[in-house]
Amino acid sequence: MKKNKKNQSLKLNRRELLFGSASLGAMAAASNSVFAQEVSSNNLPPNVPEWTGELGDGVDVNPYGMPSQFEENVVRRNVEWLTASSQSSVNFTPIQDLEGIVTPNGLCFERHHGGVSIINPKDYRLMINGLVDREMIFTLDDLKRFPQTNKFYFLECAANGGMEWKGSQLNGCQYTFGMVHNVQYTGVKLSDLILETGLKPKAKWVLAEGSDSSGMTRSIPIEKLLDDCMIAWAMNGEALRSEQGYPARLVVPGWEGNMWVKWLRRLEFGDMPYMTREETSKYTDLLPEGNARMFTWVMDAKSVVTSPSPEKPILNKGVHQLRGLAWSGRGKISRVDVSLDGGKNWKTAKLHEPVLSKSVARFTFPFEWNGEELLIQSRAIDETNYVQPTIQELQKIRGVNSIYHNNSIATWLVNSDGKVDNVRLG
Amino acid sequence: MFDLVKHSILFSFFIFLSSFVNADDRKFNLGKIATKTEIAGWNIDVRPDGMGAPKGSGDAIKGEEVYAEQCAACHGDFGEGVDRWPELVGGEGSLDTHDPVKTTGSYWPYASTMYDYIYRAMPFGVAQSLTHDETYQIVAYLLYMNEIIEEDFVLSEKNIGKIKMPNQKGFLLPDPRPDIANTDGKPCMKNCKVPTKIIGKARDIDVTPEEEKS
Repeated sequence: MKKNKKNQSLKLNRRELLFGSASLGAMAAASNSVFAQEVSSNNLPPNVPEWTGELGDGVDVNPYGMPSQFEENVVRRNVEWLTASSQSSVNFTPIQDLEGIVTPNGLCFERHHGGVSIINPKDYRLMINGLVDREMIFTLDDLKRFPQTNKFYFLECAANGGMEWKGSQLNGCQYTFGMVHNVQYTGVKLSDLILETGLKPKAKWVLAEGSDSSGMTRSIPIEKLLDDCMIAWAMNGEALRSEQGYPARLVVPGWEGNMWVKWLRRLEFGDMPYMTREETSKYTDLLPEGNARMFTWVMDAKSVVTSPSPEKPILNKGVHQLRGLAWSGRGKISRVDVSLDGGKNWKTAKLHEPVLSKSVARFTFPFEWNGEELLIQSRAIDETNYVQPTIQELQKIRGVNSIYHNNSIATWLVNSDGKVDNVRLG
Repeated sequence: MFDLVKHSILFSFFIFLSSFVNADDRKFNLGKIATKTEIAGWNIDVRPDGMGAPKGSGDAIKGEEVYAEQCAACHGDFGEGVDRWPELVGGEGSLDTHDPVKTTGSYWPYASTMYDYIYRAMPFGVAQSLTHDETYQIVAYLLYMNEIIEEDFVLSEKNIGKIKMPNQKGFLLPDPRPDIANTDGKPCMKNCKVPTKIIGKARDIDVTPEEEKS
């Protein structure tokens, strides 16, 4: 936090020099998908649009299709001052621009600790060693010959919203909630894979290790591994993207994204946790007393209104469809409530099918806007009856320095001009 | 009759074969047995009890040189951190303050983790290029700078699992969540008593990245 402040003041100075004002930045951030296109009346009725009077591209032009050029603002974004290098950094899913529950592969947020490894699948090997009956090596083709499983799961970084513990810092839905994505994985369940290696009775933990430049490692208790973890080689029907661990990654449903080791090269079974850098110096949650929670794996229930949001201002008076996402690492979302007055009064939103366990769910809520200020919030409830908390509830127990696991309710202020701000109520 | 005999011989042969392959009751017969050499090349993790620590040794005196060459460009001559690269030294007594400084000395619970991480991931972008001795030397230098060992203490595979780190007891298990009040699925719906005064706006903090204006 100390460093953040240092950067903030640097940034302010720079901007003051450039623009002579410190107020332009937030407006620009909110505008990114609003003013992208202008209307050409030549294309409107009763005129014949320009694209009607000419042939379009043939089937040989785009062997791998890309989004329309008019969607060029729908991209992952990063916050440069957050990290020292872009290879050990993070970017954010543009959830404010997405519909339904599936995150397109090219928009899934990235978090790397040593950049994106490029691996020829023929050179891929998975080693399994330690407390097993047989220490073994599998090729990618071997993995694909096991019984297959196909599942939708969300992956959320434990630091999603981590910048918001002390107050509202980043004026965007993407920057405050975008370290989450939701895709359908294809792969092999670990409970099937270990039928080949066998397990020694003393095996209680597994170390998952990546083959990237950071050699990412995390310890996972064996009960979780054998419950629902899988090694995936495909997402949303196609091979994993390189930035998501091609050719194979670990899937740890409902648990923090850091454990979903990408470019997975090794699983070592042991009788105690390995206490890796990632599960000691990072991904531990510092409390006000100076001690820290360790092994806080589950991602608690969370929801966010994706529109309206700082990037999605309200442009017209009248009827609108509020949209949002909700998810829980403990199972299915059972209900989402929406408030337009800062949490005083709540109404239940519509949950859209499918609502799957440990997957994001889509909710909508119709409302009418006539230029009044709104304080928009959403609140998720999951099948364990866990209710998404306010930031005050979390702060009371955990203080403001735990970085990880901020699943609190956010507030979007809709101003009378329709522009939307990330605000903190108190 | 002849066919039957032939089939039964073939059948017995298959039974013999499959019992051979299934001698270790593998279900799918996929993958191959890993050799000791293959495992040794990849099995680089070091556990808190010292398991996995490779043969080697080093002290802070030698470590200072290696550190200056391999680490100081990002982490600073004294582990103070350059730009936004991590601080490695100091921070004692800061964990319960407004500005906690989490370093190997103030926060990391095990010295084994330092060895494991430095060998597997450092120097940044040149992973697994240090020798085992160099890695012990660097860890010894960091422990020395954090006033955990003496300058001439020889760190090795024999004692890395026995170093007592200052914050080893600073971690709480198990995870107490859910740690919030409302887990009955019935939150307030009407006239709820909640703070609704705006006390802060991200717009005013003004650290949100700007879009390029085309």
